[in-house]
Amino acid sequence: MNLINRLIDRLQHIGAATIHSFRRLGRASVFLLEVISSCVSLFVRPMLVVKQLYSVGVQTLIIIVVAGLFVGMVMALQSYYALVDFGAEDSVGVMVALSLLRELGPVVTALLFAGRAGSALTAEIGLMKATEQLSGMEMMAVNPMQRIVAPRFMAGVISMPLLATIFSAVGVIGAYLVAVQLLGLDSGAFWSQPQNKVDLHLDLYNGIIKSVVFGVVATWIAVFEGYDCIPTSEGLGQATTRTVVHSSLAILFLDFVLTALMFAK
Amino acid sequence: MTSRKIEILVGLFVAAGIAAFFMLAMSVSNMSSYRSGESYDLKARFDNIGGLKVRSPVSAGGVTIGRVSDIQYNSESYEAEISMRIDAKYNRFPVDTAASILTSGLLGEQFVGFEPGAEDEFLRSGDVIDLTQSALVLEQIIGQFLYSMGDDKGTEEAE
Repeated sequence: MNLINRLIDRLQHIGAATIHSFRRLGRASVFLLEVISSCVSLFVRPMLVVKQLYSVGVQTLIIIVVAGLFVGMVMALQSYYALVDFGAEDSVGVMVALSLLRELGPVVTALLFAGRAGSALTAEIGLMKATEQLSGMEMMAVNPMQRIVAPRFMAGVISMPLLATIFSAVGVIGAYLVAVQLLGLDSGAFWSQPQNKVDLHLDLYNGIIKSVVFGVVATWIAVFEGYDCIPTSEGLGQATTRTVVHSSLAILFLDFVLTALMFAK
Repeated sequence: MTSRKIEILVGLFVAAGIAAFFMLAMSVSNMSSYRSGESYDLKARFDNIGGLKVRSPVSAGGVTIGRVSDIQYNSESYEAEISMRIDAKYNRFPVDTAASILTSGLLGEQFVGFEPGAEDEFLRSGDVIDLTQSALVLEQIIGQFLYSMGDDKGTEEAE
């Protein structure tokens, strides 16, 4: 009897966890719709977005530039050693450019973005909730969705593609420094091969579409976790952790889906 | 931080993003080849185009003078029909110009090569190139080679 009871308890746990996660998913979807509909009000107060663009975009720029430079440099070194055996070291440029534009630019930028900007968004909104600033706003008939959440969401969606293109551009420059200045490859071949192989629509535009999707997802998770957190210091910490973990997983999963849709023939 | 300073930094950020996009578009991707000015169209029919694709280059003497713009299969003549968009500044190809499908390197990409003829008249937009040479399909050549080897052996044995 005891064993059966314990089994049923276990089953109940699984059921409760499932219901809980579906409830959160539902709340998050409704939340996203609300945020998008509140974004209309931003046309009245564009300054709110500009302020958030500073804290979400400009302050993330340094880590993106440094990471992009080093990722490009490492890619050039590694692909050089792989390609030199085949006498194909002139293809370093096209290899780095393609992998940056298609995959690494959007994905690494989004992961760094989730860690740097997403966690900060969650902590900020969560603390506002914990200190009852959000309910205070509601008391004063200020809609916190329009005033707090929508500008941050919008800023994240605008920042991500800009950051990802900067990441790719800086990465290509880093690869140029290593391949041409350090390893002594021909700079003509380094630039001309990508110009023949990299397609403006297929590679560059699809990379930007990817980064927009990642921007929406990462910022959505970040603002939702903040808005939905348990308003205690412990709950806030958990919410911030969840933001980074969930957005990273979502980004990697979505990257696979988008790559399969865009590049698989 | 004053509002003015924030605005300047955000402006710089957005400008840097747009500049990065244009840098990638201009110097890394093939946008420069999209910006084709004046051009005219030529057609050619081949028995077999091999691995030729839309946007494969068309070259004369190794210089890229245009791109393949369309590939169709003509079910009346049972031939592949390709359209090419040639840069307008290269408009002095004689009417007996030959087009052949070549491969860059042993395993490289395929492209259309023009070999100018000797007539006084020049090809105009919409003209069809008659002298064509199909792509070399490696499997067929190997097949023929093996077949002829087998043939030699057979005649030797008969003798």
